[in-house]
Amino acid sequence: MARVVVDVMLKPEILDPQGQAVQRALPRLGFDGIADVRQGKRFELEVEGPVDAAALARIDELAETFLANTVIEDFTVRIETDEKSEEPK
Amino acid sequence: MTARIGVVTFPGTLDDRDALRAVRLAGAEPVSLWHRDKGLHQVDAVVLAGGFSYGDYLRAGAISRFSPVMETVITEAKAGMPVLGICNGFQILTEAHLLPGAMLRNNHLHFICRDQKLRVENAETSWTSDYSAGQEISVPLKNMDGRYTADEHTLDELEAEGRVAFRYLDGNPNGSLRDIAGITNAAGNVVGLMPHPEHAVEPLVGTGRTDGLGFFTSIIKKLVNA
Repeated sequence: MARVVVDVMLKPEILDPQGQAVQRALPRLGFDGIADVRQGKRFELEVEGPVDAAALARIDELAETFLANTVIEDFTVRIETDEKSEEPK
Repeated sequence: MTARIGVVTFPGTLDDRDALRAVRLAGAEPVSLWHRDKGLHQVDAVVLAGGFSYGDYLRAGAISRFSPVMETVITEAKAGMPVLGICNGFQILTEAHLLPGAMLRNNHLHFICRDQKLRVENAETSWTSDYSAGQEISVPLKNMDGRYTADEHTLDELEAEGRVAFRYLDGNPNGSLRDIAGITNAAGNVVGLMPHPEHAVEPLVGTGRTDGLGFFTSIIKKLVNA
């Protein structure tokens, strides 16, 4: 089964107090040098059948009408390929 | 005639009982509506009550907006049926695009629960005609996601058309843009606000005043005179 990932982020001009709270906590934890944090959502969709243009168009519609609220959020849709193995830790 | 006013219950709605009670105290017939039932049971107006429908999963109001009852509510609201969205109901109305803009997490990230002073900016909507423009009222406010947001163009349009229905007074409780507490659609039949008029309809509870009752007496006058 193919996996399609939809990332949803608040638009750049929208204030993100959750991201700010995370950013402000970083120095206390000893992580310096992080100028800004913005928090978003990641959806992993396990798609039955081929992820062709038609399937991607459907997922785009799903993301635009439901997963994201395009008044305040932007989204991206991408297919996650099997070849990309885990980064070595 | 007695006006019939429906109140929708979604999974996670909290304030449907208080809204039904407010409708009755104002003198109309309250009608319970169920989220999975498309039928509106001959109601003349609908209240979307507060709470946390579907646990606010995804975004507040985002899942409820696609419920069977909302299909009918959206169609009827566009045809002129009065709809009032309170708190979570306001969030559902923006998610359904019956009202512009969107609701975000309070800027201070805390749940807020307090009596809130408001100014009625538009006393000509279906739900505010028993108030006068500029009148100050106090009703409870209780929410996590109350920060009203829209782009500058939309905000300017709302202001120019007198569609900011309520503004917060004595300090903005959540960072909402231009202190907006509630708005109306252009026709004035769809109104949404974050504070809770249905909790301020009896002197015994809530703010100890009945400042919220005017929403329900307004709509009854509107329906009876129609």
